[in-house]
Amino acid sequence: MATESVLVDFPAMSTHISRRRFLRQGGTATAAVAVAGCSGKGSQPEKQPEPGPLPSPPPPNTLSLPYPENDVGKARPLVVGKPQTFQYPDSSSPCIMLKVGEPVPGGVGRDRDIVAYSSLCSHQGCPVVYDEQERVLKCPCHFSIFDPARAGQVVCGQATVQLPRIVLSYDESKDTVRAVGVDGLIYGRASNV
Amino acid sequence: MPRVDDRIALPPADAQKTHMTCHFCIVGCGYHVYTWPAHREGGRGPEENALKQDFRAQIGSLGLTFTTAMQNQITDRDGRQHRVLVLPDKECVVNKGLSSVRGGRMAQILYTPDGLTNDRLKHPRIYRGDDWGDVSWDYAMAIYASLAKRILDSSGPNQIMFNAFDHGGAGGGFENTWGSGKLMFTGFQTKMVRIHNRPAYNSEVHSSRDMGVSELNNSYEDAQLADVILAIGTNPFEAQTNYFLAHWLPNLQGATVEAKAKRFGDQTDKSAGKIIFVDPRRTPSVAVAEAVADGKDNVLHLDLQPGTDIALFNGLLTHVVDQSWHDKEFIAASTTGFDQAMAKNRLSLEETSRITGISVDKLKKAAAWLFQPRSSGYRPRSMTVYEKGAIWGNDNYKLISTIVNLGLATHNLGRRGTGVCRMGGHQEGYTRPPYPGPRPAPYIDREIIRGNGQMFTVWACNPFQTTLNAEEFRESVLRRSRIVKDELARARGATTDQMVDIIYNAVKKKGGLFVTSIDLYPVKVAEAAHLLLPAAHPGEMNLTSMNGERRMRLSEKFMDPPGTAKPDCLIAAEIANAIKALYQAEGKAEMVKRFSGFDWKSEEDAFNDGFRRAGQKEAPPIDSQGGGTGHLVTYERLRAMGNDGVQLPVVEYKNDKLVGTEMLYQDGKFSTSDGKAKFLPAPWKGLPTPVKAQKDKYRFWINNGRVNAVWQTGYHDKHLTTVKGRYPLAPIELNPDDARDLKVVSGDIVEVFNDYGSTFAMAYLEKDIKPGHTFMMFGYYNGVMGNLTTDWVDENAIPYYKGTWANIRKVGDVAEYRRLISFRSRRYRR
Repeated sequence: MATESVLVDFPAMSTHISRRRFLRQGGTATAAVAVAGCSGKGSQPEKQPEPGPLPSPPPPNTLSLPYPENDVGKARPLVVGKPQTFQYPDSSSPCIMLKVGEPVPGGVGRDRDIVAYSSLCSHQGCPVVYDEQERVLKCPCHFSIFDPARAGQVVCGQATVQLPRIVLSYDESKDTVRAVGVDGLIYGRASNV
Repeated sequence: MPRVDDRIALPPADAQKTHMTCHFCIVGCGYHVYTWPAHREGGRGPEENALKQDFRAQIGSLGLTFTTAMQNQITDRDGRQHRVLVLPDKECVVNKGLSSVRGGRMAQILYTPDGLTNDRLKHPRIYRGDDWGDVSWDYAMAIYASLAKRILDSSGPNQIMFNAFDHGGAGGGFENTWGSGKLMFTGFQTKMVRIHNRPAYNSEVHSSRDMGVSELNNSYEDAQLADVILAIGTNPFEAQTNYFLAHWLPNLQGATVEAKAKRFGDQTDKSAGKIIFVDPRRTPSVAVAEAVADGKDNVLHLDLQPGTDIALFNGLLTHVVDQSWHDKEFIAASTTGFDQAMAKNRLSLEETSRITGISVDKLKKAAAWLFQPRSSGYRPRSMTVYEKGAIWGNDNYKLISTIVNLGLATHNLGRRGTGVCRMGGHQEGYTRPPYPGPRPAPYIDREIIRGNGQMFTVWACNPFQTTLNAEEFRESVLRRSRIVKDELARARGATTDQMVDIIYNAVKKKGGLFVTSIDLYPVKVAEAAHLLLPAAHPGEMNLTSMNGERRMRLSEKFMDPPGTAKPDCLIAAEIANAIKALYQAEGKAEMVKRFSGFDWKSEEDAFNDGFRRAGQKEAPPIDSQGGGTGHLVTYERLRAMGNDGVQLPVVEYKNDKLVGTEMLYQDGKFSTSDGKAKFLPAPWKGLPTPVKAQKDKYRFWINNGRVNAVWQTGYHDKHLTTVKGRYPLAPIELNPDDARDLKVVSGDIVEVFNDYGSTFAMAYLEKDIKPGHTFMMFGYYNGVMGNLTTDWVDENAIPYYKGTWANIRKVGDVAEYRRLISFRSRRYRR
């Protein structure tokens, strides 16, 4: 399976990722859990987070959370600027996948331009919407703006941290995009899983 | 330490919970600080954590504000480790649970030995030859006190100069303005003090105060109650964020219509509030207001030509009077000088339009919204606010007076839903002995450039980034500092007394300047310093301040300052006590007396000595924002008032509560000797000559100001990856057509230059910027906009920071900027 490095262009995150990959390759921490979490339809997240139960906390002293590895869609059908939604790491966490049209830090796929984010604003959890003209994800509650082509960087607004980024991997032979982790804390949780 | 950013340790149910008013902007949002031993963690059930929140299920939108930037782990001086969470207070009337991008990071900037801000000053440091060395407080004081005494005895107080804070919040507060003020004005008795961000000891609102109108005269609630808000030279979405979001927006969106009707009956518009922005730039605030207002037609943007504000307000006033919309009864009963001011200020709408570039129709529309009596006969409630676009605009004294004139003529003061207020930058917190100098106060920057001053103490300020004509000022200070450094480099093996001799000789005979910086960090001004003294900030000390509606709170101490750092008031006491001991040794009773009264053990002692003694019979004269009822306020009483605190002035202490004042001047009595507010004449005179010379010579207006992610000089923020990664260099917004002409794209490094100086900036193309205009971040550590500001000041030495012109050329690019930084528009669009 040709799982490419998801963050080759983002040196600041390499330690974090290589530790996670190390654990995964060692088979100690994460068992790939097939969850029917990929809706793959619709262009805008409209749903508020659902108050579903969350899994139990990880055992103490674990450095990496047990993120599931979920297929979230095919890369080739994605159209630049037309987002798809999915849920990850569980059904209470709406996410957005987007082909941004240029190779970007953290981008996957043949063009290295597919990225994904939690669609809950990191400030107070309102669902962000994609503005195709401005090419940003924006929050209608307190007007935070995030750039999906720059690792969810806060362009302007109240958010103190970037939009949580869904770490993706890509299997070229199957054209499958997989969600394998989250960089950042999803709104409304003490822990992502 | 591995980065863990996908979970937060929860506070156990018994975690310590204390109050914290955000350190930073004027709004002063309420927060809670949770502190608990690091080896413990609360559970996810609501009974198992101090937030009483159920983390076993996903929390819904707007349920809480809880991000990884709000946590940290600290180490106390005794080695114990604690986890800390700093979360906005949902019950606080100021912010209602909202956190701004600045306040939401208060936990992140806490000092930890291996944390982001670990270059905090921990001990006094002295410059020896070519490097810094940590020293004890005793050694630092021996140098500072001995030198200060030598200069005071031989040359008098005018050679002892300061650049000192005067505000509240971090680097300020009632305790610290008193401590530093008592040292400067009672001890040294020097008048050679530049305040905070400006070159003299002056007020940014002298004219408003001369007119009898204190500049913070309403409550934030009035923004919910106003029919129309007139926002002049202010960008509140970025600079006073939660005042805008929690109080202005509900009004603009129509959410307060019922509250207005309930309070005012027929005396209100019974519709969503309208807003008028006066600003040459389409700011992010204008964009947000247009996106969310209840009806696009409820937002009006008067995009006047830079520097023409006086003409605009005189023109509006003339129109109001010509339409007979002014309140003649109120003017007769409560004011003086109306006819004289009108005789000078009269300006036709046509002439106003020609000068400001705003159409006559738009001027008429603005005046009608704001001041035309409604059909039911009542006068609309118009709330006027202004900030740096006016305060640092063309001729501060006269400009502010034209704004207050409008409010007075239409009785938009002292009625709920009105007010004529500054928005404010920092919180406030002023308690000092009266300033011993004249008005206008000496222009300190010019004195230092001319070679005056032997000792310059920079106290929680950084003029190297924030002053006007900054390049020349910085060059002068560095050159004069170098003279002292060169002498120190040769002082091998010198005793303390010999060191003082060497420094004294350098400043007295060789043109040197001994520079001390009292600060949290070695900031840019430390490049010129010889002595650094480490200070503390809120949370490391108890601190009181008041916000833009005069709301006073106590921020409680929950951790130790790093190393041997101290609160500023106790640093003042160290200095005063050291000087006092020197005079005692000489038996000079008069000088001993001047430096006495600093036997404080804690910041509360300083609070009790200053704020609480103002206006008391046995006390010396004290200028205090607490007024004569400050004695009613104690730490204990304030602590009990929590994050809502009390609005100054305090009226009484009743039923275990401090009772304050929501709005000033409701009785029509103003702050003048006869109780009548005073109109001031201020005819339009055009741009100041040095400013006009730059405009005639250079292509671009270099407008400048704040972006919300950066507080002040970035003294904390420059350590945060979210800030330094986004703004490695001060951004300058450029019109895309202008940029094309300059062959510049977003992310390019450009040089901005004029007759006064030059600086670098990072190009950020923005279609909302007009051709020929720019907007550069002010006061940043990398790319100092002040290098370009002229040295012109108004009659009270207030600079015209917003008024300079320059050329721009491309220097080059850094590929990483374009790869990692977003250059998407910072304007929220509907």
